[in-house]
Amino acid sequence: MNDITSEEARIAPTPEREGDTARMNMIQAVNSAMDVMMARDDNVVVMGEDVGYFGGVFRATAGLQKKYGKTRVFDTPITECGIIGVAIGMGAYGLRPVPEIQFADYIYPALDQLVSEAARLRYRSAGEFIAPLTVRSPFGGGIFGGQTHSQSPESIFTHVSGLKTVIPATPYDAKGLLISCIEDNDPVIFFEPKRIYNGPFDGHWDRPAKNWSNHPGGEVPTGYYRIPLGKASVVREGDAVTILCYGTMVHVVADSVAESGVNAEIIDLRTLVPLDIDTIVESVKKTGRCMIVHEATRTQGFGSELSATVQERCFYHLEAPILRVTGFDTPYPHSLEWAYFPGPVRIGQALKEIMKDA
Amino acid sequence: MTGDHQRANRPQLSLHVPEPKYRPGDEVDFSDIEVPAAGSARRPEPGDNPSEFHELAYGLVRVLDEDGKAVGPWDPRLDPDSLRTMLRNMALTRAFDERMFRAQRQGKTSFYMKCTGEEAVSVSAAMALAGDDMCFPSYRQQGILITRGYALIEMMNQIYSNKGDKLQGKQLPIMYSSREDGFFSISGNLTTQYPQAVGWAMASAAKGDSRIAATWCGEGSTAEGDFHSALTFATVYRAPVIMNVVNNQWAISSFSGFAGAEATTFAARAVGYGIAGLRVDGNDPLAVYAATHWAAERARTNQGPTLIEHFTYRAEGHSTSDDPSGYRSAQEWTKWPLGDPIKRLKDHLIALGEWDEDRQAAMDQECADLVRKTQKEAEKNGILGHGLHQQFETMFEGVYEEMPWHLKEQQAQMIAEEQASGRPWDRK
Ligand SMILES: Cc1ncc(C[n+]2csc(CCOP(=O)(O)OP(=O)(O)O)c2C)c(N)n1
Ligand SMILES: [Mg+2]
Repeated sequence: MNDITSEEARIAPTPEREGDTARMNMIQAVNSAMDVMMARDDNVVVMGEDVGYFGGVFRATAGLQKKYGKTRVFDTPITECGIIGVAIGMGAYGLRPVPEIQFADYIYPALDQLVSEAARLRYRSAGEFIAPLTVRSPFGGGIFGGQTHSQSPESIFTHVSGLKTVIPATPYDAKGLLISCIEDNDPVIFFEPKRIYNGPFDGHWDRPAKNWSNHPGGEVPTGYYRIPLGKASVVREGDAVTILCYGTMVHVVADSVAESGVNAEIIDLRTLVPLDIDTIVESVKKTGRCMIVHEATRTQGFGSELSATVQERCFYHLEAPILRVTGFDTPYPHSLEWAYFPGPVRIGQALKEIMKDA
Repeated sequence: MTGDHQRANRPQLSLHVPEPKYRPGDEVDFSDIEVPAAGSARRPEPGDNPSEFHELAYGLVRVLDEDGKAVGPWDPRLDPDSLRTMLRNMALTRAFDERMFRAQRQGKTSFYMKCTGEEAVSVSAAMALAGDDMCFPSYRQQGILITRGYALIEMMNQIYSNKGDKLQGKQLPIMYSSREDGFFSISGNLTTQYPQAVGWAMASAAKGDSRIAATWCGEGSTAEGDFHSALTFATVYRAPVIMNVVNNQWAISSFSGFAGAEATTFAARAVGYGIAGLRVDGNDPLAVYAATHWAAERARTNQGPTLIEHFTYRAEGHSTSDDPSGYRSAQEWTKWPLGDPIKRLKDHLIALGEWDEDRQAAMDQECADLVRKTQKEAEKNGILGHGLHQQFETMFEGVYEEMPWHLKEQQAQMIAEEQASGRPWDRK
């Protein structure tokens, strides 16, 4: 049985070194990104509930306070609205705050500060003030966290102009993307898929968990590097169907595709806003089919936006209706977690459906 | 980080970041915590104006002294039977916590939270309220349900998300709900229950009802905006509500200083809002009872809200996901100057000649047996992750009163998926 944070809590934050790269899990990669950025730029500050001395409930900020001191890495009062509001103020001064929201499910008290303030500050002040925040937060389910430790609220933020939304699927991407986010002058929501903190997850919950040690994405440079925002990654090339996904679902999709034998092209979006439209359109024009997979609820999930956009730009190349595979439109249930989760069966059935006239 | 605007003739600013006194391995000395003598706090009339007793927001209402005697104006003068009931409710709560914590460790469920050392805060308060007063608890007041006689097996069924779970496996373990027992559905999101309690109390007042509301949150949770919204509404409408802040010193790894405790007490939050504020020894079951009883009388006679800070200590980890040895000294609990609420009430009953060690041991045994027996029963309904305890369809029920077409469609899709899946849960 997975405990909410204990498995993660046992992970040591120090990576094993191999030359100038190291094997890292996603927590270590995120930690390393903040470490590298704090060393390069003394305006970078890390803040949030339990992130200081303890190093965060998932240990993502472990060791940072010791290294950079309490005025750059500090615990905060338990008020998400306060955390983001204060981060905006610090940003207005000229710092580059990296606030952590302990679980994405607890970001809602901060919505006003994010939506009405951070997202609009540049626009309403004609660039006099900016909000260069990177809001890190673990999101997604698959850990028996019940409805308040499992949600995927990304489309609430992708709907807000002025915010960027970034979601990594490997330790390598997590570090390179997070560095780009911290350097970005606009507010970014950086959702970390906590189900894959320790290893890629293929959706088969009844099989033994894997770790990152054998996955190419677990090989991470120890120093500074960037993965540009707005660039998707083609994780598998194919010509039968394009599958758009991000976060945990990249791995679930990859496994389902391997099982199905369908020669699918899998695109890990990495950045939801701004979207890498060129990579998507090029792929769909090639394959003629498009399937979208996310864990978030279906209605007005990010899949709706993707579907509309692909339809607008690729209609005459489509050989089948665009399909969405998503979480159901219910709160995240506790005991029926694996019935809720868009796993191999749901994806496999959709693959069959979209390929049936091929 | 060098500011751009330093001037030689202006002082350089520095940022204060709170730091707890003790960290892992440290020798703990709590002699600086002021513990006023039991019985020394004044007891105003429940109808007095809050501005006349501000000092109670900074002191500590205590009833039980070091010899186990109940002293002073706050002594609620409970009869021995009530005291024994209180003792058993606390002991049963602790026995339940022990057992369910272990069940989580054995992989029978995903999550558990104990309230060890804080039993008085929920048990004694629940006893001082009327049975039909409405409670809006946080996740650490299981003692209310136990005091109100909610069946232990229902709690366990919920913890296991099993066939018997009245919440249909939909909620994280310990996030109980029992309308019948005046126990509002617990939320995982901190402090949301605070304004809700105030709203319930306002409704009760608007309807000319006689029931009042009570709510609880941790000291860490007082930082949330909802806490302050609640206090504003409570004072504006003189809502018949008791707002409890359980100051157990820690909020996961963050000490109370991160909620403002370096500057003042949590009860002092009441002063700025013009609300009655009491700071109470939360490990003194009689003080908690007396304070709640007093606040209930205020509320019931339209004198308005009371904010009660219960000064206590979280003896165990935050939850099964937490290991406190990573951030605080293990000595803190053993050196806690206000002791253990169960031991203090036991000593009081013994001092009264109404109890003895043998009866205590027998009661502890009886509680442990009851919990063990109940656990066996509950496990007949299943444990989390082993088998399918709820029908798949139930996942879609209760999202709305009436299920819209798109949920019906998804429900059908799920059933098709179930058939195609080969039912891996059956293999567990
Ligand atoms: C809105 C929100 N933010 C953060 C959390 C994560 N969280 C759960 S409990 C907790 C600490 C609460 O401490 P306190 O209020 O002192 O209560 P205690 O656990 O000590 O009883 C935190 C930060 C949450 N559940 N909800
Ligand atoms: Mg606390």
